[in-house]
Amino acid sequence: MNAPVVIERPGPATPKTAGAPGGAHREVHARPEDFKQRSHESVNDPHLRSSFRGAMDFLIERRAVHFSDLVAFETLRKLGEQVRQHALSKLPELLDQLEAKLTELGVHVHWAETPEDANRIFLDIAQRHEAKLMVKGKSMVSEEIELNHVMADHGIECLETDMGEYILQLDGDRPSHIIMPAIHKTKQDVAEIFHEHIAGAPLTDDVNELIGIGRKALREKFGAAKIGVSGVNFMVAETGSIVLVENEGNGRLCTSVPDVHIAITGLEKVIDKLEHVVPLYALLPKSATGQAVTTYLNVITGPRREGERDGPREMHLVLLDNGRTQAYREERFRATLQCIRCGACMNHCPVYTRVGGLSYGTTYPGPIGSIISPHLVGLKSTRDLPTASSLCGACGEVCPVKIPIPEMLMKLREAGRHSITQSMTPPTQALVGQGEVRAISEAMAWRGWRVLYSHAFLYRLFAWFAPRLRWLTPAWQGGWTKSRTPLKPAPKSLRDMMADRDKRRR
Amino acid sequence: MNLQDHDKRARSAIFSRLRGASAGKPVETPDVAAYFRERAQPAAGESRRERFMRNASNWRAEIVECGEAEWPARLADVIARKNLQRIAVGRNTSIGWTLSAMLPAERLFWYEQDLAEVKAELFNHIDAGITTTIGGVAETGSLLLWPTPAEPRTLSLIPPLHIALLFEDQIHETLFDAMREHQWAQRMPTNLLLVTGPSKTADIQRMLVYGAHGPKELVILLVSRKAQEAAL
Amino acid sequence: MGVTVHFPRNQTCCGQPAYTTGFPEEARKVAAAQLDLFPEDWPIIVPSGSCGGMLKHHWPKLFKDDAVLQAKADSLAERTVEFTDYVVNVLGLQLPAGGKPTKVALHTSCSARREMGTLDIGRAALGRLPGVELVIHDHESECCGFGGTFSVKHPDISSAMASDKLESIRKTGCDALVSADCGCLLNLNGSLAKRRDTLRGEHIATFIRSRMDASTEGTA
Repeated sequence: MNAPVVIERPGPATPKTAGAPGGAHREVHARPEDFKQRSHESVNDPHLRSSFRGAMDFLIERRAVHFSDLVAFETLRKLGEQVRQHALSKLPELLDQLEAKLTELGVHVHWAETPEDANRIFLDIAQRHEAKLMVKGKSMVSEEIELNHVMADHGIECLETDMGEYILQLDGDRPSHIIMPAIHKTKQDVAEIFHEHIAGAPLTDDVNELIGIGRKALREKFGAAKIGVSGVNFMVAETGSIVLVENEGNGRLCTSVPDVHIAITGLEKVIDKLEHVVPLYALLPKSATGQAVTTYLNVITGPRREGERDGPREMHLVLLDNGRTQAYREERFRATLQCIRCGACMNHCPVYTRVGGLSYGTTYPGPIGSIISPHLVGLKSTRDLPTASSLCGACGEVCPVKIPIPEMLMKLREAGRHSITQSMTPPTQALVGQGEVRAISEAMAWRGWRVLYSHAFLYRLFAWFAPRLRWLTPAWQGGWTKSRTPLKPAPKSLRDMMADRDKRRR
Repeated sequence: MNLQDHDKRARSAIFSRLRGASAGKPVETPDVAAYFRERAQPAAGESRRERFMRNASNWRAEIVECGEAEWPARLADVIARKNLQRIAVGRNTSIGWTLSAMLPAERLFWYEQDLAEVKAELFNHIDAGITTTIGGVAETGSLLLWPTPAEPRTLSLIPPLHIALLFEDQIHETLFDAMREHQWAQRMPTNLLLVTGPSKTADIQRMLVYGAHGPKELVILLVSRKAQEAAL
Repeated sequence: MGVTVHFPRNQTCCGQPAYTTGFPEEARKVAAAQLDLFPEDWPIIVPSGSCGGMLKHHWPKLFKDDAVLQAKADSLAERTVEFTDYVVNVLGLQLPAGGKPTKVALHTSCSARREMGTLDIGRAALGRLPGVELVIHDHESECCGFGGTFSVKHPDISSAMASDKLESIRKTGCDALVSADCGCLLNLNGSLAKRRDTLRGEHIATFIRSRMDASTEGTA
């Protein structure tokens, strides 16, 4: 039976003052509604443009080294796609199996429909352990639920420990890339941030020293925190394992040192067999940062067992829906959930490269963000994201699990502009915001276009007049003339030329 | 409503949405073994050992080659060369016995208490942690770690230097081979690790720095168990 | 080259603009009105790669619910060939040696490169024109920023892309800019004109034609 409820999703985007440790308070106000304004500012920011271009070129080149053999890449990514599609094709069973396995191992499994649900779970665990400090490894889902801010509101410090995320948290800023969160910061920026927020930190822009400063400051926190929080790269139904992929080692510390480990992730991250990790792990780091392998592949199967000296005594897994079941429900959008969060689509996206991750105002930026966010926060507030693509196809071409991103973008454009009754291919159930992006003027323009272009007589009339009336063409043509000369019909249309040719031949 | 009820309600709502969706086309179970059978095999002319060494060195692991009889001596060299004053190690392991015969007691830290009791020591006063491995992966130059009560997982994580003992005959070609041969899926430990090089980050201006949060250095004692090589 | 070109006068537009903007039902009606225009079993040559991609890959999808129309769309899709592809691979274009040395930058439409393989074909075509040297510009595979209605809905981003594209093309010192896609050319030429740049992109057909004319003049 279809659940008839449309989940109320106030979304995580409630603007809040960042409760960053060290007293940094800056208004963070990112909303997808502001995409046009923010992207306008970004394309006109030469510093941002050159730093993103440099970083993306770097990542593109590094990735290309591993996938120079396109046939081999295609074979591997087909396997990756199959692993993810296979898992999604039996998602409810796998989640059932995973839950049973985890419960047997002694892991507490929690289900959250909304960010509020998820935060309530965190808060409850923290309060039971009287925890005032949580150390957290990189987790995009924790950003999605705004965990840091919500915990801060309840007097609990949730500290980022991934170097990039830590830098941003100190500065009250947000990640601009899912893999390299602080690519928009220079070493001089970091020098200032550390000097200002870390007691005793000297002012230095030596990157080795800076990492050393961060390492030292965070090590104290790893030792002190009662709760460690992590994301999840893959969950294995067969064994009840949680797999984490990382380079820094903070993920291992967060999941090994504190007494309590809470992992949070989207419910789509489950895969069937342990060996299915192998192709995904072969694809993920190469696609993300152009590394053949990360420093750590950390496979966690349950809390500390009898006799063991370390590892959490209590372990929780929070599985978040937050719109994922909507993407799942519609087969045409299901592939959205295949994503393994590598960020390759961003790195290769000419739009993302020019506007940067912060312009999107969503947890997940870039092409993948533009196809996920509408399910998380609705089509209406994200109305400008699916259109922010020239559909060049670069994203789909590099996706390690073959998500047809351009096709999804088009389908979301359609869903925003058509209610169920207006839609040529109606969904089984309205998406959140279905049809709410429809503007009468736009719909009428396309209807007019259709009438003209589907009636040969009218079109030929139009084609006869257009060259003859080209002097009437307006000089201002909306966005087009911003950096281009106005569009004018040719002095002589192709059909006139063809007619002339036919006359000559006769 | 208490948390458990919330969980239950969320769970049933989520499952009813998932189960209400059309199942779509069935997807065949991926055949990972077939992929590895059919893909290009490693180039001839390089042994598995050489491949492991090349890849591990690329990831900045320092490799010390030794025969079965001489690894204690090579380990002693590393300890002397790196001036390691205090070393954490597991009691009742081959390494533990070897080290206790080699170093005065005050230079050894036996990791046999609960982490909570030794946190300060481990974080602040230990120069190196030494562990065994259950094998390696040639394709990526990785170590396979299977922490136990004798060798807790933080032993290879918290000290600034990690020294690992790897037997050459336990190097697998791929992670997949290791997974199949060890039959991990049937007996997962609490924590299983694939470790490739020391901890690192490139989060500041894409500049690579080692020792982000984990060890800054990784030394691999690569032990050959073949008698003739031990004689070399 | 020994080919008779038929131009069915009742054709209009492939429908891509509506289709990609999220109005597939309008695109479908426009496509439906043209399904009977190409009844003979002749190849359908499309001088714009992305329009070709629309016919070849997307028209059949538009008629999934109607077997009769779908069969027609399938037949059209099967016969659709991108212009350069036809000229190179079917007609075997080859000009005699001795053409005027010209440095040419080639821009391929993204969707056509991915849906119709036009990058290799475009390069092959230029390779058949003696005297023509292909110069590769920076970020060659990157989009020019057109993207149909994208250029109007997100003019800032689109303009930034066009301007970067033109900068890198200009940096090659090319004598000519060639593309097999009218959409990209519309965008690039509009931007060039606004920049008061004297360079203009040419359709590859026009370019080939002018090379042919020059070579026959040379031999005459």
